[in-house]
Amino acid sequence: MDKIIDKDMLDNIGVLFKRELQSYFNTPIAYVFIVIFLFLSGVFTFYLGNFFGRGQADLQPFFNFHPWLYLFLIPALSMRLWAEERKSGSIELLLTLPVTVAEAVLGKFLAAWVFTGIALLLTFPLWITVNYLGSPDNSVIFGGYIGSMLMAGAFLAIGSSISALTKNQVVAFIISVVVCLLFILSGLPLVLDFFTGWAPQFLISLISSFSFLTHFDSLTKGVIDLRDLIYFISLMGIWLFANIITIEMKKAD
Amino acid sequence: MSTTVEIQQLCKQFGPFTAVDNISFKVEQGEVLGFLGPNGAGKSTTMKMITGFLTPTAGTATVDGFDIMKQPLAAKRNIGYLPEGAPAYPDMTAWDFLDFIAEVRGFKGAEKTRRVQETIEKVNLSGVLHQPIDTLSKGFKRRVGLAQAILHDPKVLVLDEPTDGLDPNQKHEVRSLIGEMAKEKVIILSTHILEEVDAVCSRAIIIANGKLIADGSPNELEAKAPNHQAVTLSLSGGEAASVRKSLLAVKGVRKLEALQEAEDHLSYQVYPNQGQSIIADISTLAREQQWPVTEMHVERGRLDEVFRQLTV
Ligand SMILES: Nc1ncnc2c1ncn2[C@@H]1O[C@H](COP(=O)(O)OP(=O)(O)OP(=O)(O)O)[C@@H](O)[C@H]1O
Ligand SMILES: [Mg+2]
Repeated sequence: MDKIIDKDMLDNIGVLFKRELQSYFNTPIAYVFIVIFLFLSGVFTFYLGNFFGRGQADLQPFFNFHPWLYLFLIPALSMRLWAEERKSGSIELLLTLPVTVAEAVLGKFLAAWVFTGIALLLTFPLWITVNYLGSPDNSVIFGGYIGSMLMAGAFLAIGSSISALTKNQVVAFIISVVVCLLFILSGLPLVLDFFTGWAPQFLISLISSFSFLTHFDSLTKGVIDLRDLIYFISLMGIWLFANIITIEMKKAD
Repeated sequence: MSTTVEIQQLCKQFGPFTAVDNISFKVEQGEVLGFLGPNGAGKSTTMKMITGFLTPTAGTATVDGFDIMKQPLAAKRNIGYLPEGAPAYPDMTAWDFLDFIAEVRGFKGAEKTRRVQETIEKVNLSGVLHQPIDTLSKGFKRRVGLAQAILHDPKVLVLDEPTDGLDPNQKHEVRSLIGEMAKEKVIILSTHILEEVDAVCSRAIIIANGKLIADGSPNELEAKAPNHQAVTLSLSGGEAASVRKSLLAVKGVRKLEALQEAEDHLSYQVYPNQGQSIIADISTLAREQQWPVTEMHVERGRLDEVFRQLTV
């Protein structure tokens, strides 16, 4: 971390990114993840979300379920990022190669993020369906995809950082789900109601402003607000920074 | 300028436990340094600090002029490292893995392919290139690890038990490979096979309980053996008591140990006083007495005896 971004750094991130992304497809992870992601997207949207019954041509029900879908799927993806390296000992190989910890963290994170992006893109038949059935506002749908992608990134950064703490993938999964759940819950009326009446208003808005839901909702409504973008991007930045520090301090177990 | 690896007062503490305790040494280009020591002595821990995986509790390691803590990238570019157990990415094929390593090491295009191919030939991996590393046998995994370490022709090689799990032919191949590379590199390896030290190392260090307890060429270490320069003499007959007496009377003989005293076979080990050679006098004696000698040689002293003496 002693230098600013340069060409070497981008090269290294690129090489690590490529290896990591390839590894999803070398194992069943990619196929299992994508199939389950698409299947659950379908179930949530058509069945629970009452897609046809609503009589509206948009993807609102689809996006509404994303925080809950990611709550379990993303930690399942991120749990292996560092825990597996620790378990197999390959972390010793990786960190004695001429790459910095920051490059390794970013390379892995970006690969996981792009992989999630691929899964998300494969939901395009839904988009085709709504466009076939009616004439939705495609810019709203576009906003939804952007929001979903950013939220996935934030979930992944949390999961990656937690995965760096342990060599046990199950532990990484459970802790990540709990932390992500806190980030979702802090925006639910249920939780906020608990505070209203006795807590000062600024505290309530502070709590709700930490929530994925608050920021994600406005993006899925097609309102691309800079504050929401900054929220997700800084969340990723903070968690990835913690990830780098964790590995830096605790390379060997 | 010639390459060196220098370690100064290196210490590593795991909680209250001291794994490496104030180790210093300097290795020059052309040297092959062997780390010897019992299990848990701190050999791997020392290597992990030299290669920048573990942060020392105190002390420094300098690789080709670069401090591993202060200029980690420059130091790591010059190091090829085979960690203990030869970790790799199990779902990759050997080819993909080496291709990845070549890319991280900054090779591109035709040069990259050439490097990978050359290395594969050096460690005889051609048969298993397209098999996931997961499914390779132990020896082949080790060879993949070795390939990964030498691929960029580094100035410094750190090999943690490079021949562990290899068959005798491969052990031989790897030792000759190390011998070939030795001239223009600094090579540090650890091993539990003491013949390997004689075969490949120009210098050996014995570590026990985290401390450096011996440092020298294999010959120098062998000279510390209790039976160094002792003469072993076997006769196919003769009277034990008189043979003993005549042997003890030879000038410079300190003591005598009977290995076997049977009717038709006498065998003794004769120890000289410190630094004296007694074989000439003993052979003269044997000729004068017309003993039926079947065997007579000078013991060089064996490394495993030195090892036991120093570390048990
Ligand atoms: N991460 C760690 N935490 C606590 N103790 C450790 C850790 N790593 C190593 N040790 C301890 O440090 C000591 C030295 O271990 P090291 O692996 O360096 O031994 P070694 O000389 O390589 O042994 P071997 O010949 O068995 O490979 C051992 O007692 C080991 O248990
Ligand atoms: Mg070891």
